[in-house]
Amino acid sequence: MSSIAQKKGFGATIWDFMTTVDHKKIAILYLISGGFFFLVGGLEAMLIRVQLATAGNDFLSAGTYNEIITMHGTTMIFLAAMPILLAFMNAIMPLQIGARDVAFPFLNSLGFWLFFFGGIFLNLSWFMGGAPDAGWTNYASLALASEGHGIDFYSLGLTISGFGTLIAGINFLVTIINMRAPGMTYMRMPLFTWTTFVASALILLAFPPLTVGLFFMVFDRMFGASFFAVEMGGNTIIWEHLFWIFGHPEVYILILPAFGIFSEIFAIFSRKRLFGYTALVFATILIGFYGFMVWAHHMFTVGLGPTANAVFALATMIIAVPTGIKIFNWLLTIWGGNISFTTPMIYAVAFIPSFVAGGVTGVMQAIAPLDYQLHDSYFIVAHFHYVIVGGVVLAILAGTHLYWPKMFGTMLSEKLGKWTFWFFFIGFHLTFFIQHFLGLMGMPRRVYTFGADQGWDLFNAISSAGAVLMAIGVIILLVNVVMTSIKNERVGNDPWGDGRTLEWAIASPPPFYNFAQTPLVRGLDTFWIEKMDGNKKGMIYAEPLGDIHMPNGSIIPFVISLGMFIASFGALYFLDGDKPWALAVLIIGLVITFGSMLVRSLKDDLGFHITKAELLEDAKGGNTDGH
Amino acid sequence: MAHDTHIHVRSQAEFEYAKKKRAEEMRGHLATFAIMIFLTLVAFTMVAAGFSAYLIVPIILLLAGIQVILQLYYFMHMSGKGHGMVAFFMFCGMFVAFITVLALVTIVWW
Repeated sequence: MSSIAQKKGFGATIWDFMTTVDHKKIAILYLISGGFFFLVGGLEAMLIRVQLATAGNDFLSAGTYNEIITMHGTTMIFLAAMPILLAFMNAIMPLQIGARDVAFPFLNSLGFWLFFFGGIFLNLSWFMGGAPDAGWTNYASLALASEGHGIDFYSLGLTISGFGTLIAGINFLVTIINMRAPGMTYMRMPLFTWTTFVASALILLAFPPLTVGLFFMVFDRMFGASFFAVEMGGNTIIWEHLFWIFGHPEVYILILPAFGIFSEIFAIFSRKRLFGYTALVFATILIGFYGFMVWAHHMFTVGLGPTANAVFALATMIIAVPTGIKIFNWLLTIWGGNISFTTPMIYAVAFIPSFVAGGVTGVMQAIAPLDYQLHDSYFIVAHFHYVIVGGVVLAILAGTHLYWPKMFGTMLSEKLGKWTFWFFFIGFHLTFFIQHFLGLMGMPRRVYTFGADQGWDLFNAISSAGAVLMAIGVIILLVNVVMTSIKNERVGNDPWGDGRTLEWAIASPPPFYNFAQTPLVRGLDTFWIEKMDGNKKGMIYAEPLGDIHMPNGSIIPFVISLGMFIASFGALYFLDGDKPWALAVLIIGLVITFGSMLVRSLKDDLGFHITKAELLEDAKGGNTDGH
Repeated sequence: MAHDTHIHVRSQAEFEYAKKKRAEEMRGHLATFAIMIFLTLVAFTMVAAGFSAYLIVPIILLLAGIQVILQLYYFMHMSGKGHGMVAFFMFCGMFVAFITVLALVTIVWW
């Protein structure tokens, strides 16, 4: 692998991405596949809104509608929102802490491929006998009764992609603890790094309950166990507990990195240090802790009893406190700042009222008696779309515009970006605001149609019209991506002009070894400090220029994940009884997985060194993208 | 960087100090080992003596907890420097897991 620029063919580029262990390329892989699943989930959303646009519509059958709502939720949470956030974490976090890569580059690649194959496996259910149809929460009584293989696709696919996410989380934790540049103390870490850190800790603690739940589900459905089968002495409520012990931290895994992205945006485009940095950090940690103590608020109507409901209601309301601290800190960051309304900034400004609206309805639902009225109505649908779309998706779109130059070396068009924003933002509020009232008028969620005499026609039609606007916004974004990629106007280190943290101190995109010399960090907002001190190089160095040790690329993560993917098909069809080849497929898959793990264990791979001469050559030639 | 190797020749005083440190550590290990054997014997004796299960179970759980802590601090070197973050994560994880399991078990089976 040479650092000298060379043109590569299409096949070689594909091979490069399949074998890469570079955190920046893995970030691009996450972004592309997450973006793809986002479009798939969006398409499912559009089908839902078409079906509900008029009363008594028969565009989709009831069964298909169930499959689509299930896959819309599952895809958007597990395969779109989380991977896209992981893309930003991968691309930016190591740069922000001045590291050359994540702690375990090989595992980083393995994490991506596991997620990817898990997602593909899940979506193949559409073509192989029907998608899962028990809702994204997959409540056990319904899931156990579901015919066909849909639910098996759900449990096996999420198990595989869950492994991937867990690996990514552990990797980020180790990276942030061990690989910060000299001088980068915990309280000098940029807020996006902090939120990545806390979100990774949540991944570490929250995914095991999901894995346990999915294992029980697989055993119940496929091997005749009865963890959730009431008639056999099981307890169907335990699935709900396990799912929400995972599920509530999961929404914080999504929203915390979103908070991190917005914190960066507010500071950059207000040209001010973050107001209350310390408070923001502690609010983040506090939200992380509280996230584990509120799960039963999803289950108020299960009949847990007044004591449990009261405890969880109070715990839930407390979360509004650290979140409120954050909101006020952001407002005070903007206050008195020298604001420039770039595309990321208008997303960030729009995020505050949108997310607060979602948060306020959240506190309403925390009141257990009121939740008895709101539960399973469109009010809930409106609430979680306000927090997820108004929080996470706006952050993803803002982050896409903010970090696009750092990831790809060219700026997305600001003009088209603002068009995207207005279509998406207006469409979003049009779609979901009115759903609060549909909920209050009694429309239950997850119904495939409604009657013309129920008085929900107009509001549903308005909601569907809003969805069209959101779709137009996303299409403009795609056009924007294509156009900027074709124009390909290269940009420098700090394209926004006001970058504060270390990622803006190096080339866009950074060379594959990131920092030729590890930077020395002198305070919060490192790059800003150096700029204010008139340091033209943007950083001071903690070490002399020397050889850099780099890991070799490897195809093994891809093969390990492929083995799991194949084995899952074997496991899925094994119990049909009439498919003797299924056992062979299961065994072949596992042999591939464990065989490639064995190869990895036995074969030493010591990586390679970039020599000082090559680094000097790079510095002279301005070679930035490492190929 | 990690690939720069430094060769450091120890002075007599440093050598003495390191030796003393190691001897202390060894004593710690042996003492802990003896305590752990003793605790295990106590546990077995209690079962053999046929006390009530309501007495035996909590005491054995308590002894197990003590053994885990001894193991972590003396044999897995958590007493050493630079393990603050490890300890923080472990105790946070235990805390979260304890609260979660406690709440789950009380809600479902009590």
